[in-house]
Amino acid sequence: MSRYDLFSSDIVIVGAGLAGERAAVEAASQGLNVILLSLVPPRRSHSSAAQGGMQASLGNSAMGKGDSPDIHFADTVKGSDWGCDQDVARLFAETAPIAVRQMAHWGIPWNRVVPGTRMYDGKEIHEDPEKEGLITARNFGGTAKWRTCYTADGSGHTLLYTMDSVVIKLGITVHDRTEALSLIHDGERCYGVVARCLRTGALRVYTAKSTVIATGGYGRLYGASTNAVINEGSGMFVALETGRVPLGNMEAVQFHPTGIVPSWILITEGARGDGGYLLDKNGHRFMPDYEPNKKELASRDVVSRRIIQHIRKGYGVDSPYGPHVWLDIRHLGAQHINTNLREIANISRNFAGIDPVRDLIPVRPTQHYSMGGIRTNIDGMAYGMEGLFALGEAACWDMHGFNRLGGNSLAETIVAGMIIGKKISGYTREAPLNVSSSLIEEHVRMQEDRIQSLIHCRNGKENVYELRREMEQTLSENVGIFRTEEALQKAVAKLHELHQRSHYVGLRSGGQRANPELASALRITGMIKLAYCIAAGALARKESRGSHFREDYPKRDDENWLTRTLAYWPVGADQPELKYEPVKITELPPGDRGYGEASMDAVGAKR
Amino acid sequence: MNQRKLTFHIFRYNPEAANEKPRTQTYVVNEEMGMTLFIALNKIREEQDPTLKFDFVCRAGICGSCGMLINGTPTLACKTLTKQLPDTITLMPLPVFKLLGDLSVDTGTWFRNVSLQTESWIHTDKVFDPDAPEERMSNEKALQIYEAERCIECGCCIGGCATANIKPNFIGAAGVNRVARFMIDPRDERDEQQYFDIVGSEDGIFGCIGLMACDDNCPIGIPLQGQLAYVRRKMAMAGWKR
Repeated sequence: MSRYDLFSSDIVIVGAGLAGERAAVEAASQGLNVILLSLVPPRRSHSSAAQGGMQASLGNSAMGKGDSPDIHFADTVKGSDWGCDQDVARLFAETAPIAVRQMAHWGIPWNRVVPGTRMYDGKEIHEDPEKEGLITARNFGGTAKWRTCYTADGSGHTLLYTMDSVVIKLGITVHDRTEALSLIHDGERCYGVVARCLRTGALRVYTAKSTVIATGGYGRLYGASTNAVINEGSGMFVALETGRVPLGNMEAVQFHPTGIVPSWILITEGARGDGGYLLDKNGHRFMPDYEPNKKELASRDVVSRRIIQHIRKGYGVDSPYGPHVWLDIRHLGAQHINTNLREIANISRNFAGIDPVRDLIPVRPTQHYSMGGIRTNIDGMAYGMEGLFALGEAACWDMHGFNRLGGNSLAETIVAGMIIGKKISGYTREAPLNVSSSLIEEHVRMQEDRIQSLIHCRNGKENVYELRREMEQTLSENVGIFRTEEALQKAVAKLHELHQRSHYVGLRSGGQRANPELASALRITGMIKLAYCIAAGALARKESRGSHFREDYPKRDDENWLTRTLAYWPVGADQPELKYEPVKITELPPGDRGYGEASMDAVGAKR
Repeated sequence: MNQRKLTFHIFRYNPEAANEKPRTQTYVVNEEMGMTLFIALNKIREEQDPTLKFDFVCRAGICGSCGMLINGTPTLACKTLTKQLPDTITLMPLPVFKLLGDLSVDTGTWFRNVSLQTESWIHTDKVFDPDAPEERMSNEKALQIYEAERCIECGCCIGGCATANIKPNFIGAAGVNRVARFMIDPRDERDEQQYFDIVGSEDGIFGCIGLMACDDNCPIGIPLQGQLAYVRRKMAMAGWKR
C-alpha cells in the first residue's frame, strides 16, 4: 500500500468558502476538473457568518439613487486610505452589480424595495414605487450612497448556501475535513499541495495545473477576534513558506467597532446602518462629537479609534473584561430587531443574556479582517510563483488597501471569484502538468518528518497551546488599534522568541490518526510567522494609514509611504524580509477622506 | 458567587482505532462566569486531554458545527451556557450521522447527500443575462424564502428524529424544510409532480411520523412543524392528482 493517496485534477482550490466556491463554479462551468479542499463542510465556512451584506451600485433604493461604479470606486479608494491598487478597485466596482444580480438568479432572497415612506435617523425616506421589487440596499460605513445589498442579517449565510447549491449541482468534487500542509513547488512553479485528512490523519497529495488559495483570514492570531476558530491563516503561511511568495500589507489589520463583550462575536455594522447608536457610560451618543457628518458610519478604522479614544478619556463602561461602550438599537423597535436584525438579537440573548429590544449591547472594537494576504497581480496570480493563485481574504489583490469598507468583503469574494476564476481557467487550459515524482516524494517526506518529530518529541516538549496563547497576547497587547514604536519592538522581540521555540514543540497526546493536538502543532510555526510579519511591517511603517495607526507618526505620509509592504520569509530564515512596491494610482490622486482625520487628536488622550 | 465544579461525562470512541472500545471518560472543570460548552471543552482539550475530538467553527450559533447531545438533548454546544446545566453534564455525539470520533460526527456528507437527493438548487431554463436588471420579487416573498433558508444544517432535528434513527435515507425535517424553501421560490420552475417525485415517498415527507422532536429541538427556532405541514399537504394534493 502506498504511503499516501494521490489525487490529480486540473485545478485544486484550498478553501471552500465563498471565494473558493465561486472560482470553482467558474472553472467547472468551463469544463475544467476541480477539487475543492476544505477544513470543514463548505457550508460551515466563515463566509456564512457575514451578516451585513454585499456592496454593489445598483442604485435602486431611495438613498442609493444616482449611485454608480464611479462612486463605488471612489468610496473604495478613499476607504483604503489610498493604499489600494486603483485598477483593481475599478474592475471590482464595475463587476459588483453583475455579481449581485447573478446571485439573485441563482437564488439569493435579497431584500427588495418596498415603496412608501419611513423614518431613518430623523429623516423621512420615500422609496420610489417604480423600483418596487428590485434589490434594495442598506447604509454602511464610509459609503456616499446606500449600496449594501442584504438578506436580513443572514447575507453571508444565504450567499454561501446558494453558492454551495451551485457547486453541488455542477457535481464539483469536495474533500472536506482536509487541511493543506504545504505547497508542492520547485521554487518557480506550483504543482499542488500536500494535505492531511482530518478524518484519519493520513497524508494526501493533490497535483494540479493550477493551485488556488482561498482560505480566508487569520483572525485567530489575535485571541479576541470576531472570526471563526478555523481562521488561522493556513493558506497564507503555506504560501509564505515557499520562500518565494510575499504577503502584502500584513500590518493592515481591521478592527470591527462592535464585537460583543466578552465572547467577541460580531454585531454586524448593519445595526448601525439601520440606525443604531453608540453610547458611553453616561448614556451620551458620542460619535457625532467626533464625526459630525458620518457619525457611527464613518469607516471602521475611524469608528474603532474613536471608541478607544473615548474610552481612554474615561467614558468607558467598566466590566470584568475591560472597559466597553454600548450599542443601542432599542429605538428600532421589536419588529425590526426580530426580523432584520434577528441574528443580533439571538447573539445578544445567547451570549450576553440580554434582549436588545429592551437592553443596551456591550461592545468593543475587536480584530475582524485582514486586508493583507498573499500578494497577487490583477489576475489573481501570486507574486513569485507560476501556477499559484489566491483570492478572497487570503489574498492581497488589492482593492482594500489599509482599510476595507463593510460590505466589500462579501462583494470581493464573489467578484474576485468571477474574474479570477476566469483567469485561472484560461491559464489552466494552456498549462502543462508534468510534476516529477521525486519532487512529490521530497515534499511528502518533509511533512512526514515534521509529524514524526512532533509525535516523538524529537526536538523538545514545548506546549503548542502555551505558545499560541503567548502569540495571541503579544499581538492583542502590542499590535492593536493604536501602535507605538516601543510596543511594536516588544512584539517583534517576543515573536522572534516564539518562532524559535515553535521548533521545539512536542506532543503530549501521541498524535495518532486524526489527533487535534497534532493539527495545532503543524500550524503553530506558520501562525507565528504571520504574526511576525504583521508586527515587523507595523514597526517599519512610520506613518498612519487606514487601520494602521501609529501614535508616534499620526499623519499619513504619501511622500514616503504610498507603498505596499511585501513580507518574504526566505527558507530557513529566522525573521521576515520586508520589501516595498508602489501602489497603483490611476484615477484618484491621494486626498482627504472627508472623515476621520482629525483622528490626530486621538494621540492627545493617552491610556 | 460560589464556584461550582462541573463534572463532564464525555463519550469517547475512535472508529479508526480497531481495538479501542467505546467508553465514557470523566473530566472535572471549574465553572467560570459566562462559561459556554465551547469554553469548557476547549479548556479540557488544552489543559487535560489533547486527544479529545469535537467540532466548533463559528462558536456563535451561526455555522451549525457543534450539535451534540447535551444531557440527552440535541442542541448547539457553543451557545449552551453551563449555568443553564446541572453540575453533572453528559455529552454524547449526535446519533444518525457517521461518527468521526468522540463528539465529532460527519454532518457534511449527510447534508450534501440530502441536497443531491432533493436537488436543492434553483431549477430554471432561464439563462443569466449580465446586462439585464434583476427580476422583481416582493420583499415579503424574499423574507418568506429566507425564513426557510435560515437552517444551519446543524443536524439537531435529525439526531432527535425517531424516523431518521431507523431509516437511513429519510431526509428529516431539515431536508423537508430545504424542499419547502425551493417550493415557495418563484424562480424555481419545478411543478408539483416533479416535487412529488423527489419527496412524495417514505424517505421524504411521508416518512415523518409526527413526533415533532425536530420542532422542539431546532436551536434557531425554524417553525419546522409548519414547514412539514406545508409540504405534506402540498404533496398529498399532488399525490391525489396522479
